[in-house]
Amino acid sequence: MELLWILIKIIIVFTVVMIHVMYATYFERKVIGHMQVRMGPMRVGWHGVLQPIADGIKAFFKEDIIPTAADKKVFYAAPLICLISALSAVAVIPFFETFAIANINIGLLYIFAMSSLASYGVVLAGWSSNSKYSFLGGLRSSAQVISYEIAMGLSLVGVMMLAGSLNLSDIVHAQMQSSYKIYLIPQIIGFFVFVVAMFAETNRTPFDLPEAESELVAGYCTEYSGMRFALFFMAEYIGMIVMSCLAVICFLGGWSGPFEVPGIPFFWFILKAYFFIFLYYWVRATLPRYRYDQLMALGWKVLIPLALFNILLTGTIKSLIG
Amino acid sequence: MVQLLFFYFALVVIGLGLRIVTCKNPVHSVLLMLLLFFHMAGLYLLLNAEFLAAVQVIVYAGAILVLYLFVLFLVNLREEIKMSPFVQKGKWAGLVAALALLITFLRGVFNFTLGPHGQYTIEKVQQITHTKAMGEAIYTTYILPFEIAGLILLVAVIGGLALAKKEDKGA
Repeated sequence: MELLWILIKIIIVFTVVMIHVMYATYFERKVIGHMQVRMGPMRVGWHGVLQPIADGIKAFFKEDIIPTAADKKVFYAAPLICLISALSAVAVIPFFETFAIANINIGLLYIFAMSSLASYGVVLAGWSSNSKYSFLGGLRSSAQVISYEIAMGLSLVGVMMLAGSLNLSDIVHAQMQSSYKIYLIPQIIGFFVFVVAMFAETNRTPFDLPEAESELVAGYCTEYSGMRFALFFMAEYIGMIVMSCLAVICFLGGWSGPFEVPGIPFFWFILKAYFFIFLYYWVRATLPRYRYDQLMALGWKVLIPLALFNILLTGTIKSLIG
Repeated sequence: MVQLLFFYFALVVIGLGLRIVTCKNPVHSVLLMLLLFFHMAGLYLLLNAEFLAAVQVIVYAGAILVLYLFVLFLVNLREEIKMSPFVQKGKWAGLVAALALLITFLRGVFNFTLGPHGQYTIEKVQQITHTKAMGEAIYTTYILPFEIAGLILLVAVIGGLALAKKEDKGA
């Protein structure tokens, strides 16, 4: 019986996340379009609302091209590694009180583990394509993800110290009981580091060097086409959604809000998560791309020391206040 | 159920281990190693050591193995390098050495006796969570070994830096 309930939960969450991925692409084009005084997609359906479905059908029926010199097994596996690791991270996210597929004690570490796996998909895609653009894109991406993962992990240590737990639900409960209700205020440095690292982790602008069109064509997915390319695309958007949810859970109090909305327990969670997803688009429409050495310098010389300082500060204050 | 899972994980770990050393393509070896680390994490989970399982994946799979990949890419081994064995006339010597090693290990396995139980029983670990239990043990009882390990790692980091710097000057 319990197994059945878990299965139902998985199906619900999977469907909801996939629909969100579809429409995240649509809203990205719309938002950026309007920010650049364009209309965005308009042709398919009313104001282009059916565009994601059209895109999906197109990707599905496109010819699947595999380069002759590619390492076939790895070439097939790479997009799957990306997608599976991104999707498995969704399993531990508590969307509202008592609703998470798996409420495990090490939820936060589990998400780190899954996001560190995503870099394999990218670097192996780059290597197996046997193309210079792909290879450089893959190397850049994995170096970037590994560097920023450290900053991201350290930025969340402050949250762990305040909440005294790695369980995502417990972190939200601890925030509800704290004096500010959200960790954004006592952990403002950690939040800053986290948000910057969040953009770098998901390879989004201003840190989208792995797929910098002007230098690397499309980076690690240059040689991919059709459905396999779509898998990378999905993995990227699921990654964005997971990171947004993580930011909401760790810094903005998860599903809690100023007042309860009757009937929709996930109202505040979704609202906050949408804000972060919007932030991704906003930043993409606003900021230019970083140079690679600047990116590495920012990660190692600014964010990691800042995050370490934040840990020191949090520890000192916590031991002083008690 | 737990035993069945244990045998699954243990058998897969052994099988993958053999496959990794016999695999011709180093990148495939690394991929199989990734799978192996996941099964090791599964073994830790069976022991209620959830923190270790997560750290196993984050540190070994997420960081160390990626460095292996980088090294492989830097030397760019598309084809296997064929080398003559180091010891030309010693096929039998190798076999004897391997057998001796195996016997030593097996003796260790058969002479294994359980030590006295510590204060952390399964129930206690489940109650205070494994992360907390680990933290308490490391930062109270085992603080000195922990600090020494930290110091050794620091020495290694500084050593690596010094080596890299030297090469830079030469070039």
